[in-house]
Amino acid sequence: MSALWTFIEKQVLGMAWLKALTQQLVSLSGLDMEGRLAQSLSFFLYDVAKICLLLSVLIFLISYIQSYFPPQRTKRILGRFHGLLANLMSALLGTVTPFCSCSSIPIFIGFASAGVPVGVSLSFLISSPLVDLGAFVLLLSVFGLKIALSYVVVGIVLAVLGGALLDKLGMENEVEDYIRLAPAAQAQETALTRRDRLIYSKNQVLAILRRVWKYVLAGVAIGALIHNWIPQQWVVSLLGSQNPLSVLLATAVGVPMYADIFGTLPIAEALWQRGAGLGTILAFMMAVTALSLPSLILLKQAVKPRLLAAFTAVVVIGILLIGLGFNAAMPLFL
Amino acid sequence: MDIKIIGAGCPNCDQLKANTQQALDQLGLKEEIQRVSSLKEILLLGIMDAPSLLVDGQLLISGQVATVSEIKAKLQPLLK
Repeated sequence: MSALWTFIEKQVLGMAWLKALTQQLVSLSGLDMEGRLAQSLSFFLYDVAKICLLLSVLIFLISYIQSYFPPQRTKRILGRFHGLLANLMSALLGTVTPFCSCSSIPIFIGFASAGVPVGVSLSFLISSPLVDLGAFVLLLSVFGLKIALSYVVVGIVLAVLGGALLDKLGMENEVEDYIRLAPAAQAQETALTRRDRLIYSKNQVLAILRRVWKYVLAGVAIGALIHNWIPQQWVVSLLGSQNPLSVLLATAVGVPMYADIFGTLPIAEALWQRGAGLGTILAFMMAVTALSLPSLILLKQAVKPRLLAAFTAVVVIGILLIGLGFNAAMPLFL
Repeated sequence: MDIKIIGAGCPNCDQLKANTQQALDQLGLKEEIQRVSSLKEILLLGIMDAPSLLVDGQLLISGQVATVSEIKAKLQPLLK
């Protein structure tokens, strides 16, 4: 059993075969394989190919599952739960829904207008970009099971507690009035055949590849740079777990950035191999995915300034705490 | 025909609009495509999935960037 798991971890998720393949390809160029140029080149080729392959397979699978949870149905499911359990369901449903804030914000508004409590809707809004099956499998492939699971659990906890806290702060009336007062409009639902679901999944893969390929290339290029050209000493002293400011720095850099988990992963991978703190890396990834300027600008159309500020503050503080916590607990993960 | 593309303004919505335009051209239709991108209007239509294609109040494409031929296949029955 453990031999099987090792095989899955190394070959299926880690794609050691692909690494060997890209190295052979690079060696054909006649470059010195121990040299930095050859190493950067093979890191780049390997990572781009790995991420695109995993991404296509994963998004196809997730989209197929997602086609069973259209927003209207998610809304009905949420209506059956109350209290923290509703926040938890909302955060979990956020993991099987769209990958981009331009689609999660309209869903958030739909929830809020249908009478789903604001705190519960916010749990969805936090978890939707932050945690999904794709992120889990990619983290699994780079960091192993323990860290991938921890990321998912901590991300869900942040979404549940963040939503609950915002609810306690009395944000119920801080959603724009046009949303709360909107008549309950409902577009008809269409019954999907298996063929429809397959087409839907294929279209999701293509749309997401079209959207993220530039982030993946940029992320991998930065990753290759960190991996081979930036002295380990710098990374460790600036971003190592011993530097308490590293988490703050990672969050401050990550929040305004608009990319997604697929683009940030290669950067995280390179930083990890060069000795950056685990909490620092997770804080960076969470800051990039959970908050971004474009999504905050869109959200501003839907909520009043007080809620926008409180939402941002709660998520940022949560990410800082997660970063510091993981850095302190890092020995457990090595 | 009343043709609306619903989406809060991400590149995927532009892509769906371009594909729909192509589908209309290939079917020889001269209809205008309306772009609905304000959250308020999206809410009033009762649509939560973006990008979507709404034709005469009928939701033809929901939450995906459909290809030109897929859109044509959905439009054709409406022409008869």
